[in-house]
Amino acid sequence: MSAAQEQGGGRVALDEKVRAEIDDWVRRYPPERRRSAVLAALRIVQHHNGGYLTVPLMDAVAEYLDIEPVSVYEVATFYSMLETRPVGRHHISVCTNVSCMLRGGEEILAHLERRLGVKAGESTPDGRYYLKREEECLAACCGAPAMQIDHVYYENLTPEKVDEILDRLERDDG
Amino acid sequence: MSDEVTIEIDGRPLKARKGQMLIEVADAHGIRIPRFCYHPKLSVAANCRMCLVEVEKAPKPLPACATPVADGMKVYTRSPKALAAQKATMEFLLINHPLDCPICDQGGECQLQDLALGYGRDVSRFAERKRVVAGPDLGPLVATDMTRCIHCTRCVRFGEEIAGVKELGAVGRGEHMRITTYVAHALRSELSGNVIDLCPVGALTSKPFRFRARPWELIQHEGIAPHDAVGSNVHIHTLRGRVMRVVPHDNEEVNETWLSDRDRFSYEGLYAPDRLERPLLREGGALQETDWALALERAAARLREVVAAHGPEAVGVLVSPSATLEELYLAQKLARGLGSGNIDHRLRQGDFGADPAMGCAPGLGMRIPELERVDAALLVGSDIRRDQPLLGLRLRKAGMRGAEIAVLNPVDYEFHFPVAHRLITDPPGMVRALAAIAADLVRHSELPVPPAVAGLVEGARAEERHAAVAHALRRAGRGVVVLGAQAHASPWFGALRLLAGYVAAASGAALAELPFGANAAGAWLAGAVPHRGPGGAPAQPAGLDARAMLERPCRAYLLLGVEPERDAWNPAAAARALGEAELVIQIAPWLSEAGRRWAHVALPAAAFAETSGTFVNADGRWQSFEGAARPPGEARPAWKILRVLGTLLDLEGFGYEDPEEIRRELRAAVEAAPEPAGTVAAVALPETTASLWRVGDVPIYAVDALVRRSRPLQETPLAVEAALRVAPATATRLGLAAGARVRVRQDGTQAELEVVLDRRVAEGCALVHAGVAGSEGLGPAVGPLEVVAG
Repeated sequence: MSAAQEQGGGRVALDEKVRAEIDDWVRRYPPERRRSAVLAALRIVQHHNGGYLTVPLMDAVAEYLDIEPVSVYEVATFYSMLETRPVGRHHISVCTNVSCMLRGGEEILAHLERRLGVKAGESTPDGRYYLKREEECLAACCGAPAMQIDHVYYENLTPEKVDEILDRLERDDG
Repeated sequence: MSDEVTIEIDGRPLKARKGQMLIEVADAHGIRIPRFCYHPKLSVAANCRMCLVEVEKAPKPLPACATPVADGMKVYTRSPKALAAQKATMEFLLINHPLDCPICDQGGECQLQDLALGYGRDVSRFAERKRVVAGPDLGPLVATDMTRCIHCTRCVRFGEEIAGVKELGAVGRGEHMRITTYVAHALRSELSGNVIDLCPVGALTSKPFRFRARPWELIQHEGIAPHDAVGSNVHIHTLRGRVMRVVPHDNEEVNETWLSDRDRFSYEGLYAPDRLERPLLREGGALQETDWALALERAAARLREVVAAHGPEAVGVLVSPSATLEELYLAQKLARGLGSGNIDHRLRQGDFGADPAMGCAPGLGMRIPELERVDAALLVGSDIRRDQPLLGLRLRKAGMRGAEIAVLNPVDYEFHFPVAHRLITDPPGMVRALAAIAADLVRHSELPVPPAVAGLVEGARAEERHAAVAHALRRAGRGVVVLGAQAHASPWFGALRLLAGYVAAASGAALAELPFGANAAGAWLAGAVPHRGPGGAPAQPAGLDARAMLERPCRAYLLLGVEPERDAWNPAAAARALGEAELVIQIAPWLSEAGRRWAHVALPAAAFAETSGTFVNADGRWQSFEGAARPPGEARPAWKILRVLGTLLDLEGFGYEDPEEIRRELRAAVEAAPEPAGTVAAVALPETTASLWRVGDVPIYAVDALVRRSRPLQETPLAVEAALRVAPATATRLGLAAGARVRVRQDGTQAELEVVLDRRVAEGCALVHAGVAGSEGLGPAVGPLEVVAG
């Protein structure tokens, strides 16, 4: 997976397919509002870069959208869906907000921490999992406790169910 | 429908304009509402919440900075509900603010400290740990203590909205939010120091001033900044006679509330190690300290000897364009009193062919605030952003409003406004391009074409891009043609000046002439030019211009505040002329190494902030100031030195008691003089061809002796040394590799320079900065250059 090519001097150029995907978003805004595509652009670049952003990639996005690099850093650091350091392949978010907390969300998180051997906010040494720091509400109160792995929801969790989900994921991963 | 509404604040009925924010109306009527993030020059952020006020019928307190007035609105700024909201905000702001006021530079002039006194609780209820934020290193000018930051984002908005370079941003969110560059780098804006004033707390403070004094110990004096044609109004803060810092003094007509870094931090050069503190006299080959009486007597006696032996025209007087009006007037009076017409302040000018046709004094051709409202501009040889930072800001405002801005430059300078037309070409190409623009106007204008201009335009062919520029100027309700420092340095300045004059007149635009110096206009008015006396009257006798004085050497030189090895158009010629002169009298605050080699008499002068005087800015505004600090050692104001020198030379009318008297005399001369009405028959045109042209612009922090000595400014990324900066295509053609050191030859001089690839430079040109280390040994700022060894 790649999002860009090295250009030397710490600069990278976005790949053709990445630019095409960003262009698709740029087209949805008025021409003088090219910068509005920054959120989509970062998500696309992160996706093609194995789940995280680097400064050269953010700079490339800034150049492509014709905005100051610091404006891109602001966005990238603001949203918890965007990562600015290398993290594991599978992003796990466990909700510990009110509804989930009342239904055992904290226990789910503790179980995951035990199984993966990392604390929330850390990645497993094999690079397979990234257990995100406490997310705010996942908007899945009806199925509490809930978690999200790579944008897929898993609800009404118990520690056993969590194990099943991860076992399956590891089987599929090979 | 009327645009006016009536509102009531704290029971006072007030008239307001529709769309105004409550806080603006309150401010206009002296009703103080506490605030941190609101600033009249910045967009409304409404993120500090300190300006919450009670508005009748509104369920919750509203931020006064973001609440537009409505007819009949009743507002309470001090009601129990408003005060409770303001106090609650203050309590939140103080949660994470450290209690380090005793070691904070902002202490005593801190908005948070001041407002905490009125709105804070005696004892904090916050028992948890406060957050700590490591501050980024923003370079030599701005110190950071980001733990103190209250996230008002004024500094972020300043960069984005005013300076036009967003370098600081708010990274992270919530409690983790911090103001930073994210990727560490020193601030590159020429206006970065303004964030120090904007910061309401001690998060961003002045690095050079750090821990040097407490605000309440300082004495505040009014002054005028000495580096560009804006004449920014400043406050000079002194402690025991020494300048501790310089801050802006609001003046909407001049600098608004801003100050360029050059004007703000140059004072750091005042007490440089080579400051002259006692008069020096060359005795038996070496400079020796002496007393004033002897130094002045010897200076006068030696001058008299030179005049007696070689005639008065053997004396040349070179003065700084940043000297005061009074100094300039006395210098020309002294030269002409001796019988010499050789006086000039235009050390960086390359051609004087348009002199007879010049107006009374160079300037903007309009009032400074009017520059914000032009619809089109043509910059000729001008990096206005760095040469005249605050005029650059005004033009940026016009550009952001949609003004069509064209540039005709040898280097594609990076501007902070949109550039509609770019003509980037070598120095002879600039003359041809301007002639082409003029040729297009000839076809569209009824205005008679002056003969000299007709000669220039003849044969010029206007291509589409030239016609587009002419069209933009013609169509504009208000246009301006700016002749910048690079135009003045051209060996064909005369041609550029005549063409620009015609282009402006034919298109109905104003002509703005912006040479270097804080007082170029004053120098013209004072008669510090070889062909005009005070007020612009024809000079008797006429003499040599600055370039001729150094190329056809004089026997004796009187230098006032200039360092020819850095300030002259042709430093090599200057070094030759001064090295061989029989007499060099240097009146200056500092004595450079080169000056030490050639001075026979060195007279220590008071510098910026130490002398009274007057600068005339680009507006034609006479701005007088008093001395604020004590000159070190025995240094004395230059006008007094010139007065005594004039008296010792038995010249008439040097018995002034104070500068006011000099000013009055000059003003009378200016009022009595007729408007100059000379014409030029023909000017020099580019004939020589060269495979490589040197373009020697002067970097922002190399323009004068004071700036060059300011260490903090010299440590910024904007301070650069001489190198051979060429476009990649030029490098390929000449076989130059980036990073290589090569020998260059110019006009019989040589220097070794590093090759730097720079896409901004026009093809066929090499940007070799003037006024900086590495190019002192070279010849003309603009002229043919040869690479001798790769």
